[in-house]
Formats: sequence, structure tokens, C-alpha cells
Amino acid sequence: MVEGALWRRWVFFYIPLTAFVVSLLFPFYWMLVTTVRPDSELYRPWNAPNYAPFWTTHPTLVHIRDLLTETLFSTWMLNTMIISIAATAISLFCGLLAGYALSRLKFPFAGSLGTVIFITYLVPQTLLFIPLADIIRNFRLGDSPWALILTYPTFLIPFCTWLMMGYFKSIPKELEECARIDGATRWKAMVYIIFPIAVPGILSAGIFAFTLSWNEFLYALVFLSSPEQKTVPVGVTSELIRGDVFYWGELMAGALLGSIPVAFVYSFFVEHYVASLTGSVKG
Amino acid sequence: MAEVHIQSLNKKFDEVHAVKDVNLGINDKEFMVLVGPSGCGKTTTLRMVAGLESITSGRILIDDKVINNLPPMDRDIAMVFQNYALYPHMSVYDNMAFGLKMRKFDRADIAKRVQDAAEILGIQELLRRKPRQLSGGQRQRVALGRAIVRHPQVFLFDEPLSNLDAKLRVQMRVELKKLHDRLGTTAIYVTHDQVEAMTLGDRVVVMKDGLVQQVGEPLELYNDPANLFVAGFLGSPAMNFATVEISETDGALWAANEGLRIKVPAEIAGRLGRHIRSDVTMGIRPEDLHVASAADPAELGFDAMIEVIEKLGSEILLDMAVGPHTMVASVDPSIRVNVHDRLRLALNPERLHFFDTRSEAVI
Repeated sequence: MVEGALWRRWVFFYIPLTAFVVSLLFPFYWMLVTTVRPDSELYRPWNAPNYAPFWTTHPTLVHIRDLLTETLFSTWMLNTMIISIAATAISLFCGLLAGYALSRLKFPFAGSLGTVIFITYLVPQTLLFIPLADIIRNFRLGDSPWALILTYPTFLIPFCTWLMMGYFKSIPKELEECARIDGATRWKAMVYIIFPIAVPGILSAGIFAFTLSWNEFLYALVFLSSPEQKTVPVGVTSELIRGDVFYWGELMAGALLGSIPVAFVYSFFVEHYVASLTGSVKG
Repeated sequence: MAEVHIQSLNKKFDEVHAVKDVNLGINDKEFMVLVGPSGCGKTTTLRMVAGLESITSGRILIDDKVINNLPPMDRDIAMVFQNYALYPHMSVYDNMAFGLKMRKFDRADIAKRVQDAAEILGIQELLRRKPRQLSGGQRQRVALGRAIVRHPQVFLFDEPLSNLDAKLRVQMRVELKKLHDRLGTTAIYVTHDQVEAMTLGDRVVVMKDGLVQQVGEPLELYNDPANLFVAGFLGSPAMNFATVEISETDGALWAANEGLRIKVPAEIAGRLGRHIRSDVTMGIRPEDLHVASAADPAELGFDAMIEVIEKLGSEILLDMAVGPHTMVASVDPSIRVNVHDRLRLALNPERLHFFDTRSEAVI
């Protein structure tokens, strides 16, 4: 909080904060307004007398109805959900074990292995999709959810591994040593002591992995071709933009509905993991 | 019932030889304290007994059974860590019960044992709480409780009191001692605090640079230190040291430097015979110095100038210049002195120590 005179508080705190929040939230507002705006308003020229770009006087749900009935949107949602959950689960599982091993176990080249895993994360997707496409074809996985479930972990596992590695390092190793003296095997100490304490870390890794796979565009665009296999980001943009015709209302409705699960996951878990972060590893 | 034997124990980390050829026998029901400055290998030794650190060479036996390759869980030991290492996501009860659950004790037995331990430590009211809701002293008790519920053969303590404030540390020290008297479990206790070592230990092991310097009962170490390091490490304020030259006059040995000239008592003189006309280190504890009176013989006294006066209440510590050396004397609080006063001190000749300057071993 800024100290001092009232004007200082306004100039250095409230005004910048408001500007920041408004500019961040405006795209979402635009998305919402466009979704409920009737076509007659959407395509009204800017110099028309009743032009009102920032609000609508005749809100309608027709775009959402069209989206759900005339396109395969619900299939895309389902596809995206299955793919994201599966890819997140695989990546979390591998990331947890790898992160634990790299931060806790002593084995030859443990340090350099961590770096190598990090380097794989730095290879840009735009490069990686070319060899991956070849692999997908060889295994005949193209145009199926497996193409994405198995390729998303290529960037999610390094990400989860590094996040978990950092988190495990922040947990005092005495806790585990104590558990092992108390009668737990390394595996049990991991499951009963380390993982429960690492829940905030696991949650945040999971949230990020889920969001990354939900929003992923490139692999989904390349590896999937038939409309009924597509994910939301690809389905909406490829099926609702026909040549130079943009179905703005349906596009924005798709974006709006498509962002709900992510927003839901965030709002639900963020509280959990912030709450547990504040009082976890002390003592 | 458990004896612990450590035989020719060595530990090498990549470059560092942390523990060098340590041999120790710890008797049943004994409270053994390992003490030394940081990096002396005491904690590493303890961790090897616990099974948390691999053994480079040597053997560790509990009750004549070699445990070198046993995992920690099968050694039947309990350890209390410096930072308590309480499981933050479990209640106090679950913290204490964890070891028993892992060992598949039945529910009623666990409840009884936890209750008993909580009663001994006075933490019955805290059983439902989480560790973060506890004060430092309470956490320490829970950590102790977690160790005692299992009735292990050996307790290992790794500086358990270092995170407590001074007053609580003294209180917990007494409780630890009582607890040990009551349970009679063999214990190995690591600390860097020589007061803890002296007050808690049945026997004390002084370590430095990975080597055992001396093993013995606290007063034995205090009164008859084996070398310069042990002499200087135990006792607060520390023993005074002065480099003196030994000479022979009129059939008696004298220890002298620029500031003092002391007649060596006959019983020590025999041992000093080989060091005539060479330098040795003379040691005398602060409490073995007193302000000289007419009754004190002149050959056991020397002049000193007071540089600092520390009034502790029960005693006064005088930091004094004696020739090129500084000495601390602990004197009666009723004595009235001022800084820069010149004072004649006398020493207790039976309590003089002499050390070889080169090998640092006692003469």
C-alpha cells in the first residue's frame, strides 16, 4: 500500500491498478458482448447513427444456440476435456516421480539430467511438430485423441518435472529421513509424507499443465483433421472461419464457453493452493 | 537393552574425509554426547548410526549385530532432529502415531502408547493440533514424543535444543535428563554446546576434524583434558593458555614468560623433566585463579592488569593482561576492583595443566 498523501495513493496505486485491471478484463468483456449481440448490431457500420460498440440493447443467446446445435462444439469440448485430463495425468505422474528423483536421490549425472530435461522444454513446438508428425504417422495415431495425449507430455513433463523439483527441494529432507527412521520405506515416506506436503506444488503443476493442454493450438491443428476429432481452439477457428467469412457471434460464444472450464479449474484450485502454500512446510 | 559399538568408522565425501577412524563403545542405558565445533564429524557419525548416511569403511553394531547395511527403519532407533521435522500436514497425535502405524501396531495399542508418551511430556492437550499451531518448546516435546512412543533400542539426538531460546533450552535440558533417567534407553546426543554436553552426558566424546579427541565422563574431561583442544573447548569461560619456558633452578622446575614466573609443583615436575629449556603451553582455568592474599606463596603468584570487568552476579570475570597474554579470572563478587587496576593473582598449583606446544597433547 502506498503511504502518504491522498493524491499519491491515487496516482501511484488506484489509477494504475484500475488501468491494469480494465485493460486485462476488456477482451473478456468484448468476448461477452459480442456473444450476446444480435447479428444486426454486429455488422452495423461504424458511422451508422445508432452505432454502439461497447454495449447492446438487444441481448440474445442465438449465437450460443447456433454454436451448440449447428456445430460440433460439444464434441470438441468433450475431446478437449479428455485430452487435457489424460495428458495432465500422464505428465503429473511422470513429473512427480522425475522431480522427486532429481531432487532427492543421489545417482550419477543427476544434475546434468535435470538440465537436459530443461533443455528439451526449450525446443520450440514449432520445430518439434515436424518430427512428431512423422512419428504420429508411423504409429498410425493421426486424427485420434492419442496423437495429442501422447505428444502434449513432450512439453508438459519437463515443465512439471522442473516445477516439482523446485518444490521438493523446498521441503526439508529431515522430514523424509525422520519418516524412514520411523519405519517407512522410501516409497512410503514419499507417499505418506512428501506428496501430501507437496500438494500445493502438485496442484499448481496440474493447473498449469491442464491450461497448457486446453489452450494448445499447434499440435491440435496439425495432428487432427476430421471435424469430430478436433479440440475447442482448433474447432472453433477452423469451422467458424470460412474463407474470409467470420462468424463473430459464434466464434466469441465458442471462446466464452471454451474458457469456462479453465476459469473454473483456476478459481476452484487457486484458493486451495494459495491457502496451503502459506502454511505448509514450516515446522 | 542395547549397546552400540562403532569400530574404525570412516566417512569420505567426495573430497572431505569427514569421519576418521572413530572407535566408540556405548554401554546399555548410557547417555553418550558427541560434542565438537561445526564440521567436526559428529553429526555425520550420528547419521551413519541412523542409516541416513552410507559408511565408507568400518562397522556399526547394535547389540553385537552389524547394522551397516540395514535400512533406517530396521535399526530400531528413533531420532530427534534439530528442526524437529514434524510432519506439517498431520496432527500431533498422527505425528506420534506415524511410526507405530508404519509398524502395523493395532489401533488400541497405538492410542495407549501415544497417550502414555503425551502424559510423560505433558502434551495431552495438544494432540489434536497441527505442528504450526505449536510453540518451539511444544514442537520439541512432540518430536521427543514421536521418538519415545516406539520404545526404540537407541535414541539419536541431533542438536535437538539448538532452535530453542536460551531459557527454554535450559528447561528442556533438565527434562531430557529426567526423561532419560526414567526410560533408561541408550542415547547418542550430538551438540556443539559444551554446557549441554557436560550436563547431559554420562560420558562425552569430544571430536575435532573427524577425529575423536577424548572420551570420558564430563568431569574427567574437564579436570584432565587429554590435549589442548579439549582443554580449550570445555568450560566457559575457557581455560587460559600461556606459552612458558621451563627452567630448572635450585632443584625445582619453574615455568616463566615475560609476565609471570611460577614454581611447578613437585607432582607435575616429574612429567615436565623432558621439556626443560623448551617452550610448553601452560593452562589454568579461570576459577583456579584468585586474588592473592598474604597466605599465598610468592612463587605461585603473578601480577596482572585488569582490562575488562564482567559482573555476572554470582562471580566477577576479570579480563587481564599478564605479560603478552590475556587471562580471565573468575573471582569472588565481593571484591571491589576497577579497570586498569594492577592486581596480584595466585593460582591453584594442583590445577595447572601443561601441553606440548607442538603435538598439543597433555604432558
